[in-house]
Amino acid sequence: MTDIITESEEAGFASDLTQSNTLGESVQAYISRVRGGDMGALPSVFGLVVLFIVFGFANDRFLSNLNMANLITQAGPIIILAMALVPVLLLGEIDLSAGVAGGVAACVMGVLMVKHDQPWGLAVLAALATGAAIGIVIGLIVAKLGIPSFVVTLAFFLGLQGVTLKLIGEGGSVRINQEVIAGIANNNMSVAAGWILAVAVIAAYAVLALLRHRQKVARGLQHQPLAVVVAQIVALGLVTLGVALVLNQNRSVNPNFPIKGIPYVLPMIVVLLILWTFALGRTTWGRHVYAVGGNPEAARRAGISVDRIRISVFMACSTMAALSLIVQASVSGKVSSSSGAGNALLYAVGAAVIGGTSLFGGKGKARDAVTGGLVIATIANGLGLLNQASWINFVVTGGVLLLAASVDAISRRRRSATGL
Amino acid sequence: MLSSHHPISDPAPPERLTMSASNPLLELRGINKSFGVAHVLHDVDLAIYPGQVTALVGDNGAGKSTLVKCLAGIYPIDTGEYVFEGKPVSVHGPKDAGALGIEVVYQDLALCENLDIVENMFLGREKKNGLVLDETTMESKAREALTSLSVRTVKSVRQSVASLSGGQRQTVAIAKSVLWNSRVVLLDEPTAALGVAQTRQVLDLVRRLADSGVGVLLISHNLTDVFEVADRITALYLGRVAADVATKDVTSRQVVELITTGHSSDLDASASSTTV
Repeated sequence: MTDIITESEEAGFASDLTQSNTLGESVQAYISRVRGGDMGALPSVFGLVVLFIVFGFANDRFLSNLNMANLITQAGPIIILAMALVPVLLLGEIDLSAGVAGGVAACVMGVLMVKHDQPWGLAVLAALATGAAIGIVIGLIVAKLGIPSFVVTLAFFLGLQGVTLKLIGEGGSVRINQEVIAGIANNNMSVAAGWILAVAVIAAYAVLALLRHRQKVARGLQHQPLAVVVAQIVALGLVTLGVALVLNQNRSVNPNFPIKGIPYVLPMIVVLLILWTFALGRTTWGRHVYAVGGNPEAARRAGISVDRIRISVFMACSTMAALSLIVQASVSGKVSSSSGAGNALLYAVGAAVIGGTSLFGGKGKARDAVTGGLVIATIANGLGLLNQASWINFVVTGGVLLLAASVDAISRRRRSATGL
Repeated sequence: MLSSHHPISDPAPPERLTMSASNPLLELRGINKSFGVAHVLHDVDLAIYPGQVTALVGDNGAGKSTLVKCLAGIYPIDTGEYVFEGKPVSVHGPKDAGALGIEVVYQDLALCENLDIVENMFLGREKKNGLVLDETTMESKAREALTSLSVRTVKSVRQSVASLSGGQRQTVAIAKSVLWNSRVVLLDEPTAALGVAQTRQVLDLVRRLADSGVGVLLISHNLTDVFEVADRITALYLGRVAADVATKDVTSRQVVELITTGHSSDLDASASSTTV
């Protein structure tokens, strides 16, 4: 790369470089980044393609429209819980209690709606507040007492399961029949609305990306070549239109009752993805989360309140976990005493790590939760279709998590060797 | 050995030297600092002049770090005067020192490796447009700061700090002080971990920083570096100022004597404002 830098360039300071000049060069730069260990979304996208090919050949129902819609609703809670964990992982911490914290919150919602006849809006708000309160307590203990988050959240993992049992009764469950909550996973947008949404998302992304590019060029800031920006827009457009196309087909096995349209959980994930991408990438708070994850001492010397960042991150995590378990309640139609326990959390951590978020802190994006969550959901879904015993599901998912963590550790070593 | 390595003090316009010599930007007078029974600093006087590099030398345990931390507001001083621009001020914390325009570049550089140069330079003091980070302004200003120091080694302001060499990281840390219009920059062993070429770059940078009117305090073990870039040398010996001299008036051997024994037998008494 260095040989293309010349003094004759319109450089702000000697050897300043504002653009990797051509598409070819940016592709080369990308390849050398990947070889240097900065793989980003590559492993999860590659894994997803492999899984689709394998399951597609193994079972002819896997690629059916019905199963694709199922896959997306199954992935919903995993993706949202993984998104909850991304900021925590960015700090280099872990929240083992996120799943059961969400379980307690969903219980609060279920009990308020079913046993106390409260409106759904109030019940959801109460659930989110429960999540936030749990997160604040965890954050305070981790930040102020300095106990490793692993230990604190392990204690909460056990304790909160007791709280769920108390709220809901031994072995009991609360059915979620309320239209709006059940509809998140079970109702679909109209076909027309789905298309409008898809086109609107693409158009908004394209306009924003092109405007940003123009502004950067105008101000002489560092920017990517236009071709790369356009390629990104095209790629996002193709994926979005493809998903919309599949989901807008009739996927019912009964010809008398057509089912088509985008399940509401998908736009919900899109909104959350935009929200978290914005919060982590464009706000001071997000910048400080990365800073604390990268070097807490440097963050402290820069005047950042490290404790406040930690507490806010744990609060955000548990609040998002509440949302995840509300969606899970919608998918399964009930809140039970085991909501959020079991492998929910492991799936979510696996999803974030497979997506490219580092367990060592400082590196990761909200979108990692989406790609990684799809990988985890695809494994569960595909193995389920193959009628495999559930032990295989556990073994395979555990293996994938271990593989993702190994990729993370190895790529981290390569990054520190190559300085990326 | 002295003047030949000293491009600035000789050809510098005389009026600047006399003006700055008469008015220290920052001055400590009779500073005492104890930790319990350990009396670390005894009546220390220190002056930092605008446009000059003042070197603070001394052996391990001489009190250099304590003195720097007192300057930075990390340790409160027990007795003595903290004078900034001729006015006594009270500095009770790093924020007070920061408000006066005193920036410390620590030995362990306190940069976040996972963030890029612009993000590091603005860390904790981000520019915002409402709720949103103002990346445009931050990138332009970071570029301006690096330009003003004629930085040659950094490829792009958007590369991550992890990809920078030790010298480049030092450059970023120093450029940060330019960005924030610092009046006084304290550099703690800036060349300790660097190779020959990188040391060269950082020393050039230190010189340019001082030439822009900033008062620089350079804490260093390396007398070659000190003689190359410093205008004045303050030597600490067991918590006392052994000498405060112009670099051109002393030899390397004399400074070694000051550091190791606290006095130099053949040092001209008139060159030294304080001798023990």
